[in-house]
Amino acid sequence: MSGRAGTVVDDAVADDAADLAIRTRGLTKRFRSQVAVDGLDLAVPRGAVYGFLGPNGSGKTTTIRMLLGLVRATAGEAEVLGSPMPRAIDAVLPRVGALVEGPAFSPYLTGAQNLRRFDAADRHSIGSTRDTRVAEALERVGLSHAAAKKAHAYSLGMKQRLGLANALLMPRDLLVLDEPTNGLDPQGTREVRALIRSFAADGTTVFVSSHLLAEVEQLCTHVGVMSAGRLVAQGTLEELRRSGGRARVRVRTPDAPAARRVLAGLGIEVESGSAASDLEVVVGTLPDDEEAPEAIVAALVAERVRVRGFAVERASLEQRFVELTGEGFDVVA
Amino acid sequence: MSSREADATTGAARDADLADAGGTTDTVRRPRAAASGTLRLLGNELATLFTRWRTWAMLGALALIPILIGIAIRIAGGSSAGRGPAFLDQITGNGLFVGIAAMTVAIPLFLPLTIGVTAGDAIAGEASHGTLRYLLIAPAGRIRLLVVKYLAAAAFCLAGTLTVVVLGTLVGWLLFPIGPVTLLSGDEIPVGEGLLRFLAVAAYVAVSLLGLSAIGLFLSTLTTVPIGAMAATSILAVVSQIVGAIPQLEALHPWLFTDRWLDFADLLRSPPVWDSFAANALLQGAYVLVFGTLAITRFVTRDVLS
Ligand SMILES: Nc1ncnc2c1ncn2[C@@H]1O[C@H](COP(=O)(O)OP(=O)(O)OP(=O)(O)O)[C@@H](O)[C@H]1O
Ligand SMILES: [Mg+2]
Repeated sequence: MSGRAGTVVDDAVADDAADLAIRTRGLTKRFRSQVAVDGLDLAVPRGAVYGFLGPNGSGKTTTIRMLLGLVRATAGEAEVLGSPMPRAIDAVLPRVGALVEGPAFSPYLTGAQNLRRFDAADRHSIGSTRDTRVAEALERVGLSHAAAKKAHAYSLGMKQRLGLANALLMPRDLLVLDEPTNGLDPQGTREVRALIRSFAADGTTVFVSSHLLAEVEQLCTHVGVMSAGRLVAQGTLEELRRSGGRARVRVRTPDAPAARRVLAGLGIEVESGSAASDLEVVVGTLPDDEEAPEAIVAALVAERVRVRGFAVERASLEQRFVELTGEGFDVVA
Repeated sequence: MSSREADATTGAARDADLADAGGTTDTVRRPRAAASGTLRLLGNELATLFTRWRTWAMLGALALIPILIGIAIRIAGGSSAGRGPAFLDQITGNGLFVGIAAMTVAIPLFLPLTIGVTAGDAIAGEASHGTLRYLLIAPAGRIRLLVVKYLAAAAFCLAGTLTVVVLGTLVGWLLFPIGPVTLLSGDEIPVGEGLLRFLAVAAYVAVSLLGLSAIGLFLSTLTTVPIGAMAATSILAVVSQIVGAIPQLEALHPWLFTDRWLDFADLLRSPPVWDSFAANALLQGAYVLVFGTLAITRFVTRDVLS
C-alpha cells in the first residue's frame, strides 16, 4: 500500500523539490513507547489544496505540530516553504497562517484584543496597520459584530471563526488548517470552503486536515491519507480514486448485444448479460488505460447503439478511505 | 502534468511579487525583525496583564493591608513599642509610617503569593488556555516570549510594592498627624525626603522579589497546570523563609533568596546604607541568572502539546 503511495510521491517530487510547500522525509514522533507519527514522507506541491485525512488518533495533529515547530521530531526532517523546520522558524512562520487542534484564546480578552495580541507576538508585523488588519480579518469571517465581546462568551463556531481570522491576519503563502469547519454551521462551512477556494485561487497553498470526506472531495486537489501514524496514500485526488481499483461502466440500452460487442472492442471486460429485456443494462469493468467516457459513448453511438443511460462509476473517496484505513471503529492507539 | 506546470508558474510569479516588495506586503510585514517589535509585545503583555480582573484583585488585596492597619490603629490606638510588626508603634506619631508597616506585613506571605500567581501563570497559563501554541506560531520566539513574560512579572512586583507603600502613605496622611520622619538612627529628615526614602523601599522590595519571579517563571515552564506552578512558587517562598529562621541552618542563609527581604530598613538610616541594596540586587541577580537559564533551557526544547 505504502509502496503505491511512494511511487506517486516520488514521481511528483523527483523533478523539482522547490515546487513543494511542505516536504518531509522520514518524519517520526515517538511519545514514550507509542509511535504517533511513523516515517512520514509528505509532499505538498505549491498552490495545492492538500487534504490530510485519517481516522482519530492517526497522527494528523502531531504532524502539524511538527511542521510548525511546536513539537520536536524524534527522527526525520521537515521543510516548509523551502526552509528546514524548526531551524528556520522565524523566517517561515510569518508566512504561514495556522489553526492547530481547534482555536484557543485568552478568555478574559475580547475577540479583537486576542487577535491584536497574536499579531503583536509576530515581530515581523507592523503595528500601525494592526487595527485595520484585525478589523478586516474579523469582517472576513463574519465576526465584526462580536469583535468587542469577551472570548469566553463566544460560541464554538464563533471561536472557530476567530481562529480562522487569526490565520488571516496577514497575506500568507501557506495555510495549515486542522479541521477548520469543526463546529461551524452550514453557512460557516460554506463560507470556509469559499475562503479556502479564494486563497487557492490567489496561489496560497492550503494544507487542511479533515474527517469530512465529502468536503475534501469538493475542495482538494491533493490528498494524503494517514493510518496509525503512517501515510498510506498520497497523490492527486484523481490518483487516489484511481488507485482504488478500476472504474465500471454501465450502459442502459435496448441493443445489448451490439453494446457488448462495442465495449469488448474497446478492451472493456463485459460481464455476461442477465436476462434479456427491452432496457438491458450492460456492465463492464474498464481497463487500466481507460478510454474517456465520452469516447466510449461516441463509439457506441457510431455503431448505432441506442444509449438511454450511461455512467462510469468509481470507488468513492469514502470507500477508498475505508479500504486504506480499515473498517474498525476502535481508535488504534 | 499541466496543472503542476501552472502551479510552478504561479509560484514563480508570487516569488517575483515578494521580491519587488509589493505594496501590500510592505504595510503589514517588515522584512527584518525589529527591536521595536519586542517592545510592542511587552506593551501588549503589560496591557493584557493589567486589564485582567485578577491582577486588580491582587493589587486590591495588597491595598487592603495598609487600609486595615490604618483603620485598626486609628480606632484601637497605637501599640506599645516592640509589639506587633516593626514600625507599627511609630504610626500614631507619624502617619507616613503606615506604608512601611504594611510592607513589613506584606513581605512574608501576601507579596510572595501574588508573585507566585503572576509568575507561575506566565507560561503555564498560556499553555492551559492553548494560547501558547498560537503565540509560538505567530511566531513570538520562545526566548523572546520568556523575556517578555519575565519583564511583565517584574513590572507586577513593582506595581505590588508601590501599591502598598503609596497607598499606605496616603492612608496615613488621611488618618494620622504627619511630620518629619524619624529614622531608625534617630535623625529626623523632612517629609519630602522621607517620601523619597519610602519609594526607595518600594524599589528595594520589588528587587527582592525578582529572584522569586524567576523561580516562578521556571516552574511555569514545567507544567500546563498553572495552579501547580503558582502554589509551588508561593510554597518555596515560605519554605525559604522558614529555613532562614532556623539558626542551625545558618550556613545556608546567605544563599536564600529571602535572606535580605527585610533589610529594606537599612534605607531608613541616616545616611542610608545602600550596601544591603547592592548585596540584595546581587543575590537576586544570581537567582535570575540561574533560574532564567533553567527556564530557557527547558522551554526552548519543550514539546508544546497543549
Ligand atoms: N501529549 C501526548 N502524549 C502522548 N501521546 C500523544 C500525545 N498527543 C498525541 N498523542 C498520541 O498520538 C497519536 C496521534 O494523535 P493526534 O492528535 O496527532 O491524532 P489526530 O490524527 O489529530 O486525531 P484526531 O482526528 O482525533 O484529531 C494518538 O494515538 C495520541 O494518543
Ligand atoms: Mg487532531
